[in-house]
Amino acid sequence: MHDVAFEKVTKKFGKVVAVNNISFQVNKGELFTLLGPSGCGKTTTLRLIAGLEIPQSGNIYIKGKNVEKLFPKDRNIGMVFQNYALFPHMNVFDNIAYPLKIRKQPQKEIIHKVTEIAKNLQTEELLSRKPNQISGGQQQRVALGRAMVQEPNVFLFDEPLSNLDAKLRTEARSFLKHIQKEMKTTAIYVTHDQKEAMAISDRIAILDKGVIMQVGTPKEVYKNPENVFVAGFIGDPPTNLLNCSIKYNQNKTVLDFLQFKLDISPIRDLVREKVNNEEAIIFGIRPEDITVEYKNASPNSIKGEVFVVERLGPETIIHVKIGNLIIIVRDFSEPDITMGDTIWLKIDFNSVHIYKKEDGKIII
Amino acid sequence: MVFRQRTNLWNNFWIYLILFTLVLFFILPMIWLVIAPFSSKASLAVKITLPSLNNFRELFKNKVAMLAFKNSFIISFSSTIIVTITSMLAAYALSRTNFKWRSTLLYALLLFSTVVTGIAAMVPLFVLNLRLGLIDSYLSVIFVFIGGFLPVSIFIIKDFFDAIPKDYEEAAIVAGSTPSQGFFRIILPLSQQGMVVIALYIFMNTWGDFLIPFILLRSVNKYPVSVAIYTFFTQEGLPLLGLLSAYSLLYSLPVIVLYIIINRKFGFGFHGGLKG
Amino acid sequence: MFEGGIILSKKRAFLFMLPALAFVAVFLIFPAIWAIYIGLTNEALTGIYGLNHQFVWFDNFIKAFKDPWFHSSLQISFKFVFGSLVGQAGLGLLLALLLNNKKGILKELVSNIVIIAWIVPGVVVAYLWVAFLDKDFGLLNSILGILGFARVNWFRTLPVGVIIIFNTWRGTAFSMLLFMAALQSIPPSYLETADVIGASGWRKFRDIIIPLIKPQILTDLILLTLWTFNVFTPFILTKGGPAHMTEILPIYTYRVAFMGTGRIGQGAAISTIILLINLTLALIYLKMLKRK
Repeated sequence: MHDVAFEKVTKKFGKVVAVNNISFQVNKGELFTLLGPSGCGKTTTLRLIAGLEIPQSGNIYIKGKNVEKLFPKDRNIGMVFQNYALFPHMNVFDNIAYPLKIRKQPQKEIIHKVTEIAKNLQTEELLSRKPNQISGGQQQRVALGRAMVQEPNVFLFDEPLSNLDAKLRTEARSFLKHIQKEMKTTAIYVTHDQKEAMAISDRIAILDKGVIMQVGTPKEVYKNPENVFVAGFIGDPPTNLLNCSIKYNQNKTVLDFLQFKLDISPIRDLVREKVNNEEAIIFGIRPEDITVEYKNASPNSIKGEVFVVERLGPETIIHVKIGNLIIIVRDFSEPDITMGDTIWLKIDFNSVHIYKKEDGKIII
Repeated sequence: MVFRQRTNLWNNFWIYLILFTLVLFFILPMIWLVIAPFSSKASLAVKITLPSLNNFRELFKNKVAMLAFKNSFIISFSSTIIVTITSMLAAYALSRTNFKWRSTLLYALLLFSTVVTGIAAMVPLFVLNLRLGLIDSYLSVIFVFIGGFLPVSIFIIKDFFDAIPKDYEEAAIVAGSTPSQGFFRIILPLSQQGMVVIALYIFMNTWGDFLIPFILLRSVNKYPVSVAIYTFFTQEGLPLLGLLSAYSLLYSLPVIVLYIIINRKFGFGFHGGLKG
Repeated sequence: MFEGGIILSKKRAFLFMLPALAFVAVFLIFPAIWAIYIGLTNEALTGIYGLNHQFVWFDNFIKAFKDPWFHSSLQISFKFVFGSLVGQAGLGLLLALLLNNKKGILKELVSNIVIIAWIVPGVVVAYLWVAFLDKDFGLLNSILGILGFARVNWFRTLPVGVIIIFNTWRGTAFSMLLFMAALQSIPPSYLETADVIGASGWRKFRDIIIPLIKPQILTDLILLTLWTFNVFTPFILTKGGPAHMTEILPIYTYRVAFMGTGRIGQGAAISTIILLINLTLALIYLKMLKRK
């Protein structure tokens, strides 16, 4: 049984389709991330689970139960809002205790639970302070505490780290994951930051324009993006995606990029039956799956010119100009190059993906 | 540098001279209100005599004057409470839901509340209350005040609600509240200031109003202070000046005190450009 | 469709608005519309038409336009509004400019005095001015006497002037507060730039301050026009006298509708005219609000 399941759910606001006929399942204890650019429907999806929005069609199940007729208060959800939404007129204790108080739990139990959670979240000494008297990171923990205190069926996190500065965000993210794993509570996490999603998730659903583009583990969506959107969204820098057409000659198979040609004979058997001669396709390759040759060209390498060099410590990002195309490569060898130098790129054919031009779906 | 300082001094001289003149203009007519009530032989003149509380003693003995205070309180309190509660409910609905004709409704409210003043509507208001059998009752005045002040109150309090993010209620709802628990436990405490501002605003305005009770009330024992002072002045005139000045001062005190409270607590500012 | 929202369902929102809307409909909107109807009848407070009124179509409007007192009250109202406008907006702007960079007791004192003149009940203010301007005992004439001037019967010599000054005194606070807020919103760097360039005080006022607070000035003027046109307090001060010389339109309406035989129908016709004037002013105001 899945902890949360969507079955052909559609949600419109007026004429705008925010969530378009989506289905997915979240397993017990999993940290499941909804990832996508703004306006992709991820927050709406989260609010549908919480019951803050009602879908036009489709079914939503929490712990196997159809929640169509359940008010938010009866769904037993623990939610952390993007701006935390800590009640400004209550101190930290009362904020964390709110879900218990509203359920009229005995005073003794409330005190016990809140102090325990505060200890766990290292916010004990803040209990008597008001939300505006504590730091952003502390507010984030208090909001987490309020979501934890009622031992919810599922956690909902709506970009909970986006209001923190970069350094704190990394720290808070591992803390969040630690707490979630410790409580073994299923969590659904919304973010637009693919790095954060990769770091924290057990599985990721990538959304675009209200449609799920791919669901998979971080490794799966990184290694095998099922479409151009995912390939271009995941990874920093993202996959190089280049328009080209395929040409089957007598003895070799060539990709024609107009600026240059690439012999892909090693993988010709993979494409032969799926792509017609002269068909327009999109060629995808991750920056780290390209080897850079600085001195001399090996066979079937592409000649280019160094355009931009970003040295990031262990790795170097090189933007390479070939005609008017830019290909981004990642190199770990701390190369001694500058703008204008000539280099050669060698493609690792084991890591190449080819997508259909018209719908962006994967071919190989 | 020296030259510049001199022009500054000269400029300052003019600034303070103009300020002084303006202060005189505003303060001179007030002096009577502060002096006459405590004078043993009050007249229209500003004369310092031995201070006496005789005028206030006279005032407290005057049954009509004291009754009028009670009437003013009844009218202002009821109007204030009803306007505050109903405008909070309406403003909350207007702030938190987005129905089709919401902006039309808001526009109509704004338009009617600007166009239909007490002056413009004094005749139909009189006839309406006559037909309803409300003439010469507190209710007539209270109802007219409520209808008149509601639109402005709704706008002011809606501003307060709009400034509170919806996330608070949503957080409360997800945490297990019903929507009404969210309203009473989260929104009400957070909009306390707006509530107080509205209440004080309505109280001050209804307290000082003259025209509406003047038109709608007939019996002396139902007059609020504004109408009572007017009747004293036109009917008794000069012989009662001592009492009248004391009465005027006492009548003005609540608004002045409320103004000081608002000013201290919230700062006396603008809410949609309102006039008392 | 999305029915209102989870916080407040459409039905509940309607229930929340119901009491307020009912009050407004019955005691604000309905009277305004009804005024038009009453204005077309010959209803009266007393006499035979008090019980049994008839539909007289536009008789009341024709009568109004033929009545010289109507014309004179319109004229007095115009002077009164114009004078108060100049007085209140002018003094308000002057005070705001003078107090803009001041701090502490002086600013507190001056603005508090001006505001108190605004919030004290109208009846009290009217009698303050009765006392202040009294020919024989009034403070103004006493001061003038000390300075060697003759006593003046202000209410006779300057009837309209008196109600203008009275109304200016009472209402300046609004303009002052509005302009103070407007001046606060001008970034200091603008004026500092002008200082660096070497602009004189007057040039700064004309070239920087006035253009920047122009929207507030327009708002102020239109609202003051509307409000001053609908002011009744001069009635307490002068009752429209002497000899109808301060009978502004509101006082004229009151006299027609409620004094003498109480020509309610006639009064309602004049109310309709006031409503139309208010409507015009309000539409201008709302248009300006929208542009902002």
